[in-house]
Amino acid sequence: MQLELNEQQKMIQKMVKEFAEKEVAPIAAELDKKGEYPTKTLEKMAKLGFLGAIVPTEYGGAGLDTISYATIVEEISRKCASTGVITSVHNSLVCWPIIHYGTEEQKKKYLPILAKGEKIGAFAATEPNAGSDLGAMQTTAKLKSNKYIINGDKTFITSGSEAGIIIVFAVTDKSAGPKGISAFIVESDMKGFKVGSIFDKMGINANLVSELIFEDMEIPKENLLGKEGDGFKIALGALDGGRIGIAAQAVGIAQACLDESIEYSKQRQQFGRPIAKFQAIQWMIADMATSIEAARYLVYNAAYTKDKGEGRFSKEAAMAKLFASETAMDAAIKAVQIHGGYGYTKEYTVERLFRDAKITEIYEGTSEIQRLVISGSLLR
Amino acid sequence: MNIIVCAKQVIDVSEMKVDPNTKKPILQGVPQKISDIDKNAMEEAIKIKEKHGGKITVVTVGPSDAKERIKELLAMGADEGILVSHPEKYDYHVISSLLAEAIKKIGEYDIVLCGEASIDMFSGQVGPRVAALLNIPQITYAQSVTAEKDKVTAERNMGDKAVTTESTYPVLITVTKESNEPRLPSLMQILGAANKPINDWTADSLTSGLNPMVDTVELKGISMERKNVIYQNDLDESVSKLVDSLTKEGVLR
Repeated sequence: MQLELNEQQKMIQKMVKEFAEKEVAPIAAELDKKGEYPTKTLEKMAKLGFLGAIVPTEYGGAGLDTISYATIVEEISRKCASTGVITSVHNSLVCWPIIHYGTEEQKKKYLPILAKGEKIGAFAATEPNAGSDLGAMQTTAKLKSNKYIINGDKTFITSGSEAGIIIVFAVTDKSAGPKGISAFIVESDMKGFKVGSIFDKMGINANLVSELIFEDMEIPKENLLGKEGDGFKIALGALDGGRIGIAAQAVGIAQACLDESIEYSKQRQQFGRPIAKFQAIQWMIADMATSIEAARYLVYNAAYTKDKGEGRFSKEAAMAKLFASETAMDAAIKAVQIHGGYGYTKEYTVERLFRDAKITEIYEGTSEIQRLVISGSLLR
Repeated sequence: MNIIVCAKQVIDVSEMKVDPNTKKPILQGVPQKISDIDKNAMEEAIKIKEKHGGKITVVTVGPSDAKERIKELLAMGADEGILVSHPEKYDYHVISSLLAEAIKKIGEYDIVLCGEASIDMFSGQVGPRVAALLNIPQITYAQSVTAEKDKVTAERNMGDKAVTTESTYPVLITVTKESNEPRLPSLMQILGAANKPINDWTADSLTSGLNPMVDTVELKGISMERKNVIYQNDLDESVSKLVDSLTKEGVLR
């Protein structure tokens, strides 16, 4: 057993780190402040292959293993959590379902566009009354001759207003419960598609999150992903992978909290010496670093389990997501505390990290849902 | 155009610490990387290849783990790597001689590109020494390079002025940090680098009887002692005291 990235994974990590330092870090605070989507950064990321990281090479992607992919999301998130989650959703929740459930035609049509970043992907499952309880969704899709007619509202959609390709979940058979949900590949220029309001959020402000409205939207029958009724299964499968991405994002945020805290505590002088010389600060740094390392290994473990390909990895992904997101929040609280009054101002990065960390405990399954998934797999 | 890039594996000096008691640099566990300016040389090579076609060969004299660093340059765009094993004792003379012998063994080349200096020792000797050993013209400190079919023009950074120099091929050029912005390899290029060849050449197979002429006796960190003078009194008085002190120290004249 080896608990170390291989040389290729290290080279990828190093390249992404360099990219994030050069291209992501300098604009992160400004994008957050303006609530501006990182369009130009995504174009640069696409050129380096980040947007097709997990897409097989025959469809124009890099065909990476999940551990390499997790290092990409972590290093990007370390500098900008918004850009990190856009990357994660695009890969895990949009490319992955097409890779695994798409027909050959769908893969050929959509994966190269997504891998090249010509269109950004979004995942539309959540509704105003169907969040953790996905099965309660009300959006419907009715087959009429060779078209599906979709009606309904989706909410909290990452990249909703920016995406060109959206995986939409809708009820095709109301009597069948969760087994009556189907997944569709929707293009944003299809008639009947509308972007609702964009949310004014606490954090990850460069990630534009919006409502999506479908009014008698007609989509070709061949855009059904998988079979009718596969939707719930596809959503849960995608979310298992998505949770590895969000866990990696959370590790990136937590690592950034530690980076900032180490730098600040060595410089900030109080009582005639750097505050890093005080045990109170040292213990916070030690606890942060320990949790971050544990969280990162949980992410690698979930990624490794996924790549082994021996069935579901829900428990491992849920553990990684639960622990990493709570680590991120805890690290953000400590980082602001170490920075004192300055940490509470927008002049310092930790203020943004604090706001960004919170969402990782909520989206793609709240911490409570993760605990449900973990205990469910143990108490079966 | 056949291009050879000389690259060195160095420690990441930004991660290096100096033992406060012994003043010795702590080298253990410090990550290794390709010397930054050698990446500028690599970028220049890629640009020339993009314009004229040809082949880029990277030559490194270093320990076996330098192979992983050579892969970074293969990912950037080099076609082939050569790792010449490190002799136990070495200096600029030994390294330059091995590089020159390796380049002779490669045979056909039009341009040899080097960084102006390595970021660890920063002697700037290796490029000029290799050119001398190969008996070819050299252009050092190039801040821009324009390679044409029959000649190369480079602007040399001479501090307060730039000197434009021309040469025919073959030529050795050392480039400065400002010459370009080295590209990052894409994920696909990183994966592709695994299939590009890296040849191992032993130092003995190239030449024998090389002995270092410089003996490194000791490595020591330099500590900058600060005077820590604080002027706390009346502002005008403090300013005049500060000016006095600076004049006395020779900072102000």
